[in-house]
Amino acid sequence: MKVYKYGDNVDTDVIIPARYLNAPDAKSLASHCMEDIDASFASTVEAGDIIVAGSNFGCGSSREHAPLSIKASGIQCVIAPSFARIFYRNAINIGLPILESPEAAAAIQAGDTVSVDFTTGTITDETQGKTWQAAPFPPFVNGIIEAGGLLNSLKARGVAR
Amino acid sequence: MGMTMTQKILARHAGLDHVVPGQLVEARLDLVLGNDITAPVAITEFRKAGLTQVFDKDKIALVLDHSTPCKDIKSAQLCAQAREFAKEFNITHFYDVGCMGVEHALLPEKGLTAPGECMIGADSHTCTYGAVGMFSTGVGSTDMAAGMATGLAWFKVPAAIKVTLTGKLQPYVSGKDVILHLIGLIGVDGALYKSLEFAGEGVGELSMDDRFTIANMAIEAGAKNGIFPVDDKTRAYLDGRVTRSWEAVEADADAEYEQEIVIDLNTLQPTVALPHLPSNTRTVDQVAGTPIQQVVIGSCTNGRLDDLRQAAAVLKGRKVADGVRCIVIPATQQITLDAMAEGLIQIFIEAGCAVSTPTCGPCLGGHMGVLSDHERAISTTNRNFVGRMGPVSSEIILANPAVAAASAVAGCVADPRNL
Repeated sequence: MKVYKYGDNVDTDVIIPARYLNAPDAKSLASHCMEDIDASFASTVEAGDIIVAGSNFGCGSSREHAPLSIKASGIQCVIAPSFARIFYRNAINIGLPILESPEAAAAIQAGDTVSVDFTTGTITDETQGKTWQAAPFPPFVNGIIEAGGLLNSLKARGVAR
Repeated sequence: MGMTMTQKILARHAGLDHVVPGQLVEARLDLVLGNDITAPVAITEFRKAGLTQVFDKDKIALVLDHSTPCKDIKSAQLCAQAREFAKEFNITHFYDVGCMGVEHALLPEKGLTAPGECMIGADSHTCTYGAVGMFSTGVGSTDMAAGMATGLAWFKVPAAIKVTLTGKLQPYVSGKDVILHLIGLIGVDGALYKSLEFAGEGVGELSMDDRFTIANMAIEAGAKNGIFPVDDKTRAYLDGRVTRSWEAVEADADAEYEQEIVIDLNTLQPTVALPHLPSNTRTVDQVAGTPIQQVVIGSCTNGRLDDLRQAAAVLKGRKVADGVRCIVIPATQQITLDAMAEGLIQIFIEAGCAVSTPTCGPCLGGHMGVLSDHERAISTTNRNFVGRMGPVSSEIILANPAVAAASAVAGCVADPRNL
C-alpha cells in the first residue's frame, strides 16, 4: 500500500475545496480529493493507500465532506502526530480510521510500503523495517466504531428513534 | 481542583457535579445548528439511519446562509432538501432567504444563545457564541444528525488556556486584532483540543461585537471553544433578545489552566495575517503597500454593526481605488437595516463599494466575490488557506474592518492611521 505524505496543518479547504461541496455523493467528492494540495492524488490513489501527514491534520472548516472524500477515494487510514478536533470526531463518526503517532508520521516516507493492524494500533513500515504503536482510542470511542458509527450506536441504545 | 467556565457548563449539562480534563461526557444540548452545506449531509444521514423524530423542534436552528441566494442548481437542491426537512419536522428556527443572516451573527441577534447554555453546530465557527458565556462548538454533519435526534452529544472535557486581557484598545484596533495577535502567538494548533478562557479587566473594555469576533476565531487556534465571562455589557446585549431564564457560570478561583497568556490591549496594533495561515501575522505597517485587487468586509467574523461602523468611518467621503473591488456584506437583515438607519450603506455605495444581501459567499470562495488567478484580497473573514476564495494561486490577507477599508481606498494594504 503506497503512502502519500503531506506537511503540517493540511486544512479541509485543500482536502475538498468549497467549490465541490455541492457534489451529490462521496464518489464525486473523491474525484476532487486533495486537489488544491496534490493535483495528481485523485488520479493515482488506489484502494488501501495511506495518507501520512504532519500535525493538526484536517484543520479549518467542519465539513464532513473532507473525511468522506478521503474514505471514498479508497484511503485505508490517515496517520498524523495530531488531528484537528472536528476532523477527529468526523472521522470516527463516519468510520475513517485515523491514527495518532508522531514517530510514525515523522519517519514514514512517501512511497514506503506500510501496513496497519487496527486491532492493536501497530503501524509497520515494511520498506524501513520499523514498527510503531499508535495511541489507542478510549473505550467510549471504540464503542461508536464497533456499533458502525455514531447514529447506529445511539439507535442501539434506544436514545435515537 | 476547581473548574473553568467550560468545564462547569459541560458538567451541568452532563448531570455531573464535577468533571476533569480528558473525561468523556455525554451532554444535553440546548441547541443544534446547521446550514445549507452541512444540514443536507446531516439530513441524508438522519434519513439513512431510519430516524423519524427530532428531540425538540424548538431547539434546532437551520440557517440557509452559505450559497444563498442560491448560486447554482446544486445549491438550490441542497436548500430545497433543508427546507423540506424544516417543514416536515415543523422546525421553529428555520431561516430562509429574506430573513436569514450569516448564522453566527443571526443566532445571538434572535436570542437563541444565552449564558451557561450548551450547543453544537455543524459549522466550525459555532464557537462564536462563547462571547455570551456559553459553551458552543463546531461539529460535523453526523454529530448534527445525532444531536437533532437525541439532544445529546459526546465531548472530551477540554483542558484550558487562560487569556487575561488588560488595558484598552487603541483607535483602529478591534477584536480582530486581539484574536489574530493571539493566534500569531500560539499558532493554528496552539489551543488544539482545549478551551480558550478569556478573563481580566480588559474584557470589560471590549464591545460585544469585539467579543463575538474573538470567540469566532478560537477555532483558528485549534480550540474547541472560546468563552467570555458574563458582565453588564453581556446582560445589556441579552436584554430584549433572550426571554427564557439563564444562569451564568464563573470560573472557580482554583480552576486549573495548562497555560496562561496575558495580552495588554493598549499595545496591540492593527494586525493582519498573510497567506496562507491565520497564524502568519504581521502588524499592518510591516506590510503596507502590498497590492490588492479585492476587499471583502463582512462574514461571521466581522459583518456586525460595529464592524460596518469602523469600515464606514474610514470610507466616508473617500473612494475605492481604481482597480479594486470592495464588497460589503452586512451579516443579517437587522444589521443591514441598522446600517441604513445610520447612513452607513450610503457611505459604502457612494465610496464605490458593492453592498450585498447577507451571505457567507466569498469567505469560502462560494460566490459574491470569487478571486481569479494570482489575485490578492484583503478580507475581514477568518481563513486565508490556499484556494479558500479562488484558485490556488490567489491569496487572502486577513484584517480588521478599518484596515480593509483603508486598503480599499489606497489600493494596497494600508494603515488606517496614516490615511
